[in-house]
Amino acid sequence: MTVVNRMIAGLGLGVTMTMGAMAVPAIAADTIKVGVLHSLSGTMAISETTLKDTMLFLIDEQNKKGGLLGKQLEAVVVDPASDWPLFAEKARELIAVDGVAAVFGCWTSSSRKSVLPVFKELNSILFYPVQYEGEESEKNVIYTGAAPNQQAIPAVDYLMSEEGGSVKRWVLEATDYVYPRTTNKILEQYLLDKGVAAEDIKINYTPFGFADWQTEVAAIKEFGSAGKKTAVVSTINGDANTPFYKELANQGVSAEDIPVVAFSVGEEELAGLDTTNLVGHLAAWNYFQSVDTPENAAFISEWHKYIKSDTRTTNDPMEAAYLGFNLWVAAVEKAGTTDTDAVLKAIVGLSVPNLTGGTATVLPNHHLTKPVLIGEIQADGQFEIVKQTAEVPGDAWSDVLPEDKGIEADWTDPLTGCGHFDTATQTCGAAPAS
Amino acid sequence: MITQLILRALDKKAIWLVAVLAVIAIGVPVLNLVVPEGNPLHIPNYAVPLFGKYLNYAMLALALDLVWGYCGILSLGHAAFFALGAYAMGMYLMRQIGARGVYANPTLPDFMVFLNYKELPWFWNGFDMWWFAFAMVLIVPGLLAFVFGFLAFRSRVTGVYLSIITQAMTYALLLAFFRNDLGFGGNNGLTDFKDILGVNVQAATTRAALFAASAFALALAVVICSAIVNSKLGKVMVAVRDAESRTRFLGYRVDNVKLFAFVVSAVLAGIAGALYAPQVGIINPSEFEPGNSIEVVIWTAVGGRGTIVGPIIGAIVVNLTKSIFTSGSSYIAAGLVILIFSGIVAVASGWTKGLIVIAASIAIPVLYGLYQLALYGSFKLPALSDVWLYALGGLFIFTTLFLPKGIVGLIAQWRTMTTKREQHDRNAPSPADVEAGVDPQPNPAE
Amino acid sequence: MTNRILRLIAVLFALALSPLPALAQANDFAVMVQALGQGGFPDREAAMNALVATGDERVPPILQAMSDGTLYLRKSDQRVLFAAKSGSEFKLTDPVDGSDAGTAVSADIEKIKVNNGLRGKIRTAIGTMTLLSPDSASRLSAAQSILKNADPAMLPLLDSALAAETDPKIKSTMDLARAVIVLKSDAVLDDKRAAVDTIAAHGDQAAQTVLVNALAAAPDELKPVIQTGIDAIGRNLQLWQVAQNLLYGVSLSSVLLLAAIGLSITFGVMGIINMAHGEMVMLGAYTTFVVQELIRNFAPGLMDYSLAFAVPAAFLFTALVGIAIERGIIRWLYGRPLETLLATWGLSLALQQVVRTLFGPTNQMVSPPSWMTGAFDVGGLSITWNRLWIVVFAIAVFAILQLVLNRTALGLQMRAVTQNRRMASSMGIRTPFVDAMTFGLGSGVAGMAGVALSQIDNVSPNLGQGYIIDSFMVVVFGGVGNLWGTLIGALMLGVGNKLLEPQFGAVLGKIIILVLIILFIQWRPRGLFALKGRSIEQ
Repeated sequence: MTVVNRMIAGLGLGVTMTMGAMAVPAIAADTIKVGVLHSLSGTMAISETTLKDTMLFLIDEQNKKGGLLGKQLEAVVVDPASDWPLFAEKARELIAVDGVAAVFGCWTSSSRKSVLPVFKELNSILFYPVQYEGEESEKNVIYTGAAPNQQAIPAVDYLMSEEGGSVKRWVLEATDYVYPRTTNKILEQYLLDKGVAAEDIKINYTPFGFADWQTEVAAIKEFGSAGKKTAVVSTINGDANTPFYKELANQGVSAEDIPVVAFSVGEEELAGLDTTNLVGHLAAWNYFQSVDTPENAAFISEWHKYIKSDTRTTNDPMEAAYLGFNLWVAAVEKAGTTDTDAVLKAIVGLSVPNLTGGTATVLPNHHLTKPVLIGEIQADGQFEIVKQTAEVPGDAWSDVLPEDKGIEADWTDPLTGCGHFDTATQTCGAAPAS
Repeated sequence: MITQLILRALDKKAIWLVAVLAVIAIGVPVLNLVVPEGNPLHIPNYAVPLFGKYLNYAMLALALDLVWGYCGILSLGHAAFFALGAYAMGMYLMRQIGARGVYANPTLPDFMVFLNYKELPWFWNGFDMWWFAFAMVLIVPGLLAFVFGFLAFRSRVTGVYLSIITQAMTYALLLAFFRNDLGFGGNNGLTDFKDILGVNVQAATTRAALFAASAFALALAVVICSAIVNSKLGKVMVAVRDAESRTRFLGYRVDNVKLFAFVVSAVLAGIAGALYAPQVGIINPSEFEPGNSIEVVIWTAVGGRGTIVGPIIGAIVVNLTKSIFTSGSSYIAAGLVILIFSGIVAVASGWTKGLIVIAASIAIPVLYGLYQLALYGSFKLPALSDVWLYALGGLFIFTTLFLPKGIVGLIAQWRTMTTKREQHDRNAPSPADVEAGVDPQPNPAE
Repeated sequence: MTNRILRLIAVLFALALSPLPALAQANDFAVMVQALGQGGFPDREAAMNALVATGDERVPPILQAMSDGTLYLRKSDQRVLFAAKSGSEFKLTDPVDGSDAGTAVSADIEKIKVNNGLRGKIRTAIGTMTLLSPDSASRLSAAQSILKNADPAMLPLLDSALAAETDPKIKSTMDLARAVIVLKSDAVLDDKRAAVDTIAAHGDQAAQTVLVNALAAAPDELKPVIQTGIDAIGRNLQLWQVAQNLLYGVSLSSVLLLAAIGLSITFGVMGIINMAHGEMVMLGAYTTFVVQELIRNFAPGLMDYSLAFAVPAAFLFTALVGIAIERGIIRWLYGRPLETLLATWGLSLALQQVVRTLFGPTNQMVSPPSWMTGAFDVGGLSITWNRLWIVVFAIAVFAILQLVLNRTALGLQMRAVTQNRRMASSMGIRTPFVDAMTFGLGSGVAGMAGVALSQIDNVSPNLGQGYIIDSFMVVVFGGVGNLWGTLIGALMLGVGNKLLEPQFGAVLGKIIILVLIILFIQWRPRGLFALKGRSIEQ
């Protein structure tokens, strides 16, 4: 028995030691720590790893410029491994153990929802760089990606216009999760408001990672053969896109006949595809690599230098990360501190130049102003921009939905702000953030 | 005779284990709440739910061990019961939010308001009452296990066929819960919990209480499992594991024995899940992923199956390793983990094998650096996040190769060595050996 | 002679299209080409129409280049030029006289943009201009583009083209196009009735669409005729629809079979719960990528045959990896099959990370060879080439595997070892060698599956994860240790899935299949084709 006890005691000691080593915050030089919370393994690694690299690149650039508040920035990279509870755990670790000043991260809505309570509880800031479904405005999150009115609605408007082909019939093809559900809900209402008949809208949901699209693409072809100009609005999620587009190309669905406009397909996704037979299909984003501005050219060349490859693409979430980082830097400089409430107070109303030749301003609802760009896929895997709007203010609560009419969010003062303010009843729906 | 000896030892160990758990259940909250910050003995706030999570996982692994280690049923869908318990708890927590949700709807959770539900789906009724929800935590996983087990064991589905249909079960549940139409919040699941039993779920005291509850639940599970395996029924279970047909021919109702173990195990898993949900703050369908269930099997195997303490140690060790290696800067901790592990291997299987582990742990970062050197012209050691999957993969491979009976198997091995018993461990009726059988012929039906 | 008259008709027709006929004629051709490079999309469209109006033979290639995105504007002198990428530079040619215009880097030139609308108009314009082309392929596409547009003004041109046409396939397309136009035009009732019959006889989706569209605008006396036509096509289509779903099912089955067949060797025959099987598939897909990259860089002419190299390469590579795994890890675990689950799960994590380290986490591009793109019609069925080839490939792999297992010495030894290892060993069979070969064979087959899957799915480190569960389902459903069981299992699951999908949607369909598998196993606890054995415990 003594041996057994010794063994277990030894094990216990080991565990305690490792725990201790883990808990001791690295006492490093006087730096400002920045958390990077992106999945580097698992299903989401495919999209999120690039954002981790982008953050390291941006931090590196900032340090070359002399850092922030006279200190160097230090990135703390963790891997939440595409596991939503692990996101919450890692967020807590970043804030509580590493003591980061702000966190840049998350991709899926689930991961954001998972970390949200942690950020509220520990009062830190999350910069969320991906287009999402809206219907949220939180004190501790700055949404640097597009809200639905900055992506989905302009894209549909374009397709409805003469230039876009005067589309009359719509297939909303989607992966079954909250972003497509919400986007489709908004779009359906919007289309009905625009006088599209209910039988001219077809909504179809498929599971994550869906790989066999034969039936669905055939159904799209059939739906599109009713004589009215038909378009597909795709909110298909990352992994399922490649097989979807491969099937589209094989079944000969050409962009001139049935254009597909996607909100989750960017340069990175196209890099894994032979786009020769997909020319003309569309995507709506707030940034494309093909944007012809000096800022973008400089960004791309610096990025290529940093990543030591001149074939790595840039994409919209990268620009969103770029904007979020620059806004944070500007806000910290304005506030003179990295204290959460001070930064949150400073950041509302701040503007930084974006990569498409305009500026991104943080609105009181913690969303940004962003231009909407519509691009057509080219044979080289890039997008040709066919339409670009002026900056559109991001709307957290969609005005299209009846239940969200008159709902506003205002975090001008982070301490008394409200994320869901009903202008009709003058009450704040959500409990004030603690 | 030998079986009895081992069983008695297990019994003693179980008592010891319960005592340790009781100390932890009281000690950790005290060290967290009473000992002031800055004191080296203080346990920081963030660590409490983290350790609580490990204990929940440990309970899940123990539940799996009851059916796998003692009854020979390899379930590749045990995370489903865990998730169902968590969902039942999550539903209670969602109902507790009440009008404090974003849409301020007094009955409907936010996601339902958003998906245009006009009224609560029928299966959400009653979850606003804690006793009903807590009963459901036990009943839902138990009922599913009963129906599933009743069908499967009656039809004498065994071995890999049973494993694969349990996997099909959790996979089907995964797909179903991902559907937003099902009314469980789809991919986002249930989150943004506010209160549990009238107290704020995020308060440090609640966290500490939940931790204590997790530790006590685990202790209770240890007592239950230990009582079962030490009873006559437990011996029949082991008999079923080792020679199912023979047991049946002896007149035992094998189906009922298995069904009993399966249902108890599912209920324990459900309780673990129910304690897990408020501590991690989110429950979503990815808990049903078949990979998660496989991981539970791995925790159990790493710790040592067919023992009570094994799965607990396995779950904690593997998850702790995972936490360390996925974090930003715990190089020292990671190095320690590797050293301890190779030390264990060295003790168990000889120094050469320990050295192999160390060599592999050094080789991978060096290879990575050389690859970077070839690519970019500068030698760069990898970040932990670049290599942690190698570490985890390596842990599983080396454990199977060098520690066939898991970490706890060492104890038996050591005792055999120290008492200089001539008997080769091959003759001890541990599950690994039984599986090996006398004939090393690969058995496709296993 | 007739040709010249026809061309004149084409020119006249094009003139009618052109908004600025007088201007177009007055200007020099080269100037008109330069106009393509200026202004926005509406200006570009006007310039295009002006060009079409000339009826010049040089116009279709220019328009085609514009549509393909190889027509550029040189910034320095605002000249419109053909640009072909060669290395980092573009080779420029003048579209007017075909003369060489030097080279440029991408910063010096600007692509002349087109959008979907313009691309559609270009297609029509080229169609009208090439309807009389000597090349049958361009005549066919011209006829199809006229069919899509169905502009009544095209009727005279179409009639003359029909008279000259000899190819039956093109003729039938032109007939259909003519009927569609007649139906649209103000022709007499009898002509229209005949046109409806022509269209209905075509019997496909497109024909039904045409009739549905015509229905609303048709005069009352024609409506019943059209309705009958629509109904007839509808019935016809419904039948085809069932066949089409079956076909989709077969195609999905072939994918499942490919993914599972390697597993039915490593798992079914050897009893190794090989969780790294999916990673072998993934390695096969990456081998395809590497082979294509090599070919692209060193022998671009062989690109169409890349898969012919990739299949053996993937087989060899994954087989070697498999043998290494067997020798390094699995052989220590024989007799402990459940432990292979743990080790191979760890291995699959590590292998994914290796690929992520070497190739990056993003998708890699595997191009389809030209013979695997597109689709063809058989009756009312639309069959895509890549799916067809995958079905063929799956059958071939299955047949070869059967041959290897049943007709070769190695196959005999494999069966002997898996049936009774000791006996086999006593008979002088080198069991370790046979083990390694068997595992290598299973892995190699998985690698070949990866080549096929690279054509329809992501080539990413996660590729294998998507197939591992389905593969286990197939093998267990079919009965462990039986290749025929795997085949039938894959067929039943694939076809079942695709038949359920239109009714229940993809998610519910799959859930139903999973529940059916669970219930099926209750009924047959050893799968579809249970191995007969004497031992009860087996």
